[in-house]
Amino acid sequence: MALLREPGARYAPARSSALGVKAIVLGLVAITLMVVDHREQHLKSVRSALALAAYPFQVAAHSPGAAWEWLKGTFATRNALVEENRRLKLHDWRNDLRLMRLEAVEQENLRLRKLVDAAPRAGDRAMLAGILRVDLDPFRHRVILDRGANAGVTKGQAVVDGDGVFGQVTNVGPYSSEVILLSDLSHAIPVQISRNGLRTIAQGTGDEEARTLTLPYLPRNADVKKDDVLLTSGLGGVFPRGYPVARVTDVKRDPSQPLAIVTAEPYAALARDNEVLLVWFTPPPELAPAAAAASTPDAAKPGAPEATAKPAAAATRTAADTPKPVAAKPTTAPRAPAQERPR
Amino acid sequence: MNAERSAPRVLLYVSALLGLLLSVLPLPHVLEWLRPDFLLLIVIWFALMAPRAGGLLFAFVAGLALDAFRGVVLGQHAFAFVVVAYLVHRFHLRIRMKPLLQQSALVFALLLLYQALLWWIDGVTGHPVNSGARWLPLVTGTLLWPVLTGFLGRFQTRA
Repeated sequence: MALLREPGARYAPARSSALGVKAIVLGLVAITLMVVDHREQHLKSVRSALALAAYPFQVAAHSPGAAWEWLKGTFATRNALVEENRRLKLHDWRNDLRLMRLEAVEQENLRLRKLVDAAPRAGDRAMLAGILRVDLDPFRHRVILDRGANAGVTKGQAVVDGDGVFGQVTNVGPYSSEVILLSDLSHAIPVQISRNGLRTIAQGTGDEEARTLTLPYLPRNADVKKDDVLLTSGLGGVFPRGYPVARVTDVKRDPSQPLAIVTAEPYAALARDNEVLLVWFTPPPELAPAAAAASTPDAAKPGAPEATAKPAAAATRTAADTPKPVAAKPTTAPRAPAQERPR
Repeated sequence: MNAERSAPRVLLYVSALLGLLLSVLPLPHVLEWLRPDFLLLIVIWFALMAPRAGGLLFAFVAGLALDAFRGVVLGQHAFAFVVVAYLVHRFHLRIRMKPLLQQSALVFALLLLYQALLWWIDGVTGHPVNSGARWLPLVTGTLLWPVLTGFLGRFQTRA
């Protein structure tokens, strides 16, 4: 084997102590980075810069798959297109019908809320984002979206697909953002059983197919059945209320265990989606004082009338205007600790 | 001297970029588990053959880039890379002399150390991944080593 003639190679033994010092220094820098990044979350700007640097690579890695998709689309047969068109039209028609009913229900809801003096729920706003075909750590359920701070994406934002909740944004770069899926081992989402309003938390299991969630905090005698529908409860302020999350697939009650063993299957096609929706919404008013406490300490005094009015107004503006990273801040503030389990 | 050092530098940058790209290139689901640690193997090769050009700082930067790509806690791969690169650099004269089979065995040990470090940091930061699949890249990485040395060695003699 041919050796590289290097000027310093012969003196390697003499330099070994300097090498050791260098290794220790770099190792300490790496450990410091880990501690700071893990505990303090001070590295937001660094992470954002790194995401920017990584973006061209991710696009490069994404392009062969995207080109293949494009080719497939270009050379799709007429029959396939006609078939797809027919199917989508049917779908559209069904959705229109459901929407009509929904509008009536929404009006009724508004009226009823006025009757009981509750603040009306503001509408959600959504934006389509593509998923880059990039492999991240195979043991973590994360994806990269092709929208970032330039489109007003903020950390902690909810992500849904056509069938249900998909995940939430964990890291925002200038042109891309990272999303943690529902099924990730370190993800938890506050849910509600639609049949009886029972609230609990659904956690990801990190399974390979991204098809399993668990509901680890339900007592053995809890009223939960197979095929129960889990909706987002809206607690925690990260996910908007009422989106479908998962269907209960299995309930085991072991008499020797205090808790039921419940598993559920997410509605969203976590492993197959190419496109998802980023959602902006107004956090419910009962969570707004938490936002005030986070942003303005003096406004959080109990009984101060502005305490509830202020963040609500700020949040309404967020939903109404075009998204700006700064204006969207209040949405991320009232984040419950249960949302993402402490690492 | 300049010509001698500039050749591995270009090779260094090109292969590091290729290694990064290969580590995020989408693969079919089954192959994803078998993906060898391309970037680490490249770091090992440079620490072994051109420790001046591809020393510890290179290992650190490469690891940090991988952290950024994978979206894990910053410094995880950087730390493991620096540890492995230090060991290789420290003993590079001895390891170079070994026949390829022994070298591959050593590379297996280094990959094992690397994966164990990652496993440990995963556990400390609260992402315990205890699946046996995480040890599969060790095998593919070891098998890739002779190919990689053969491939990169071709550029080296020309330099």
